[in-house]
Amino acid sequence: MGVDVRDVSGLIYRGIREVKGSILVLDPIPNVLYDEVVRVRAPDGIDRLGRVLEVSKDYIIIQVFGEESGLQTDTVIKFTGSTFEIPVSDDVLGRMFNGRFEPIDGMGPIASRDKRDINGEPINPKARIHPNNFIQTGISAIDGMLSLVRGQKLPIFSESGLPHNRVAAQIARQATVLGEEEEFALVFAAMGLKNDEARFFIDSFKLSGAIERSVVILNLADDPAIERLVTPRIALTIAEYLAFELGYHVLAILTDMTNYCEALREVSAAREEIPGRGGYPGYMYSDLATIYERAGIVRGKPGSLTQMPILTMPAGDKRHPIPDLTGYITEGQIILSRDLDSRGIYPPINVLPSLSRLMRSGIGPDKTRDDHKDVADQLYDAYSRGLKARDLARIVGEMGLSDRERLFLKFADVFERKFVNQGEYENRSIDETLDLAWEVLSILPPEELVRVKEETLEKYYYKAKHPEA
Amino acid sequence: MREGEVIRIAGTLVVGTGIPDITIGEVVEVGSEGLIGEVIRIIEDTFAVQVYEPTSGLKPGDPIKGTGKRLVAELGPGLLENIFDGVGRPLEDLIKASGPFIKRGIKAYTLPRDKKWEFKPTVKEGEYVSGGDIIGEVQETVNTVHKIMVPPDVSGKLIEIAEGEYTVTDVIAKVETEEGVIKELTMMQEWPVRVARPIAPGGRLSLDTPLITGQRVIDVFFPVAKGGAAAIPGGFGTGKTITLHQLAKWSDADIVVYIGCGERGNEMAEVLTDFPELKDPRTGRPLMERTVLIANTSNMPVSAREASVYIGITIAEYYRDMGYDVSLMADSTSRWAEAIREISGRLGEMPVERGFPAYLPDKIAEFYERAGRVKALGKPERVGSVTIVGAVSPPGGDFNEPVTIHTLRFTGVFWALDPDLAYSRHFPAINWLKSYSLYANQILGGFVGSFSMYRQELFNWWKSVQSDFNVYRDKAMEILTTAAEVESIARIIGEKSLPDDQRLLLLTSELLKEGFLRQNAFDEVDTFSEPEKSALLLKLIIDFHHMVEKVIKKRIPIDRVIDLPVVAKIKRVKFDPRRVEAILEVAQEAREELLKLAEEYRVEVEI
Repeated sequence: MGVDVRDVSGLIYRGIREVKGSILVLDPIPNVLYDEVVRVRAPDGIDRLGRVLEVSKDYIIIQVFGEESGLQTDTVIKFTGSTFEIPVSDDVLGRMFNGRFEPIDGMGPIASRDKRDINGEPINPKARIHPNNFIQTGISAIDGMLSLVRGQKLPIFSESGLPHNRVAAQIARQATVLGEEEEFALVFAAMGLKNDEARFFIDSFKLSGAIERSVVILNLADDPAIERLVTPRIALTIAEYLAFELGYHVLAILTDMTNYCEALREVSAAREEIPGRGGYPGYMYSDLATIYERAGIVRGKPGSLTQMPILTMPAGDKRHPIPDLTGYITEGQIILSRDLDSRGIYPPINVLPSLSRLMRSGIGPDKTRDDHKDVADQLYDAYSRGLKARDLARIVGEMGLSDRERLFLKFADVFERKFVNQGEYENRSIDETLDLAWEVLSILPPEELVRVKEETLEKYYYKAKHPEA
Repeated sequence: MREGEVIRIAGTLVVGTGIPDITIGEVVEVGSEGLIGEVIRIIEDTFAVQVYEPTSGLKPGDPIKGTGKRLVAELGPGLLENIFDGVGRPLEDLIKASGPFIKRGIKAYTLPRDKKWEFKPTVKEGEYVSGGDIIGEVQETVNTVHKIMVPPDVSGKLIEIAEGEYTVTDVIAKVETEEGVIKELTMMQEWPVRVARPIAPGGRLSLDTPLITGQRVIDVFFPVAKGGAAAIPGGFGTGKTITLHQLAKWSDADIVVYIGCGERGNEMAEVLTDFPELKDPRTGRPLMERTVLIANTSNMPVSAREASVYIGITIAEYYRDMGYDVSLMADSTSRWAEAIREISGRLGEMPVERGFPAYLPDKIAEFYERAGRVKALGKPERVGSVTIVGAVSPPGGDFNEPVTIHTLRFTGVFWALDPDLAYSRHFPAINWLKSYSLYANQILGGFVGSFSMYRQELFNWWKSVQSDFNVYRDKAMEILTTAAEVESIARIIGEKSLPDDQRLLLLTSELLKEGFLRQNAFDEVDTFSEPEKSALLLKLIIDFHHMVEKVIKKRIPIDRVIDLPVVAKIKRVKFDPRRVEAILEVAQEAREELLKLAEEYRVEVEI
């Protein structure tokens, strides 16, 4: 018995020194390139993709993407002579692929002479345009307090069991740039997603008609874990092509980054590298950066690439290496809270630890409204005071609070119920969001609104307080 | 030609062989594209190279060329207003060569070779010059005169000196050394980045001048001295970058070097958008004119991240040598330390703490020791300084980790960023109970002395109150500390159950937090607080505290004080564009309202 290779042309190599999970160690072969893509065929006849991780005069190390079981020393390797490239063309819109970029929608593969290395190239910081176009998502907590701008990378930090998928789908459905008709092209990359979760997104795109301008790349939970290392890079290569060559405004949703990081850890462990925190490799920061930094707007190129990665925090811990390193790279984070969710608030966004770093460049007069910044600051301030009062009330009871504390407590309740809480299909305009914010703030007397300028108070507060006048 | 070959490639680490006389620190060119790398280890007849560009596609057998040079920074006119990558290539040149995405193997000089500068000599032929002497000047930007200095290792008789327009590579002077060798000098010199530039013998000076930053919590409570070093650790979202941006914008340095080391590309884009628009409050000129930017964002090669910090500090030292006060911001030194860790790991070195090599503390110490206020090498005598502010990004925001711990050992100021403050949008989120400044006592006198720099007319008035300044500062600190304890009690029994004198502490601490410590970086007025405004604002709040203290002693309930309209005004007066005048006005109102309250209760208080 042996591997049938009659259909493989060109130079092949047979025989492996060592198989360690998805890592193959080979004897040295001349002219093998670092980072070269290989095809691996085991005696089971299945073809797998692989990549050269290390090459020296004594050995070659190969990382296999795909099914590990079945690999053995009698495996055939074909060296392709190039790094991982995919063909790109505008035919990708409306299509579905697996995590290795093979079509799974029954249509043929993408044919194009234009090929791109999936690792991309870093955007020159001087060639970047600082993002400043407000994206209206129709979700008050985001638009009012964590505004997203075009070209930003803003992740959702969630936990298992929270409705992050519904929130992401709602954003994908509703996101528009004020004053522009054009809709976002969607690039959706799933890494280790459950079948029904993936189905939910696809159905949601179909329902809203967005599927026509979407590219879906699916690595599902039962697909090979190692393949997850290339899935987001394929998705972003397509997204960059759509944005910077074809001029689309692209929203890329990458979910779930936790599964990606676990695949990274698996490879690192197989290579016997020195583990960092939580067993994740020390270079995970740099590795994640090569994904997240592929967002932005580039001088002289028409489109934009906005990223919304989703990750589930293991045990809800924000200090876990995955959310921690992500937060250091991305431009803010939207944090979902189990507490809000269990009280029936949708979307359960905990605004206090959430942040949008690019918010201030996207809001204000001419962009959203002159009071936006003050209102956001004031909501943060009042809500954090309200939560303090709520903590205190748990100890001393509501009657033990001062009048002032009771007022803030009431504010926090109303803020959660009226402002944060909204329907999954409710699309609020930014004006509606800000007016609602004033309505909620009018619970407080004017002298407590110290983060709002006096002229802004004059203009909006009294109108909200006495709507009949 | 010293050429060898590649025998192993693992990420950015390449091992070569075949150049027997290779030295540590030598720059080599790898592969047919000539990727730049630096030799970091030599093991028998092989050597390890950290390559500053992606290594995909290299293979064993590819050529490696030794250049015989160490990694140097090109120093000369043309650095200001410019942005470079981690190995000193101008980003604009990279755009010209490969468009908005950085391709590898591009060569570019740090200093433009075709630009002509007007060189004015300041010495005459026949004079004896030695290392560090200023021989001429170039107007680099409107406000910065670039001093052309003799390289540190050259001395002798000046036999020729030019005047007029020259490029940085044209010979502008010739020096005959004692051995009779003629050395040609240009406006540009090269310096190996990993070596500190020399200073005058015994030239380290004491640190007694504050770096005025316009940030109240820093200037008043935790000041940094010119020539000092400060660390600003904080988890993500606690405002490290914004604080560093604020310091880069408003600190009273002559030159600012800003290193974006392994951070976000959009943040560098923001600096590039903002700085040309913003004006230096002292000179009225765009801030960009005094700024040098080094950008090695997180997705650019990790080994160049390691180099970027050294390029930056070498440029800072060079301007210091001209007699300027330079401040250097490094965001973030953790990324630099991680780059060291990554390279160490690929070399198979034994890790000690959290994967970092045993020499991490040495590297951190070497870097921060390059800060200082010094007498520069050469004539004429001049004093310059390099102040280093290093951001640290501790994993999980936990300060108990190697980079934070070792950084604190070698810096004099600790600005501890606090996530709880950040969540309630209290910025700068510098925790006043945990932070410290070892310079505070030496330099606070200097803080008061700096008032006149901004507003001549107030100087005399300040002279009369400056001796009180320390008293106000200490009182404020005391109130904040005690109030923190009272707050933890209030959290259990409720504020209402506290006696009035304790509730006053809470009120004053609230006024200090809201009206003084909290500073809005994006408010036109509040973003920069000149020393007299900071001091006066502090005085307003502490004076108010003392007055209320007397009022409540007369059994006037504190609730009535809290309801006074002036309380909200004290919190907001920092935004008033009339600045100092507005504060004086509110101080007057505070006194009047308290007197009126006393009158209502028919008691007499002396305030």
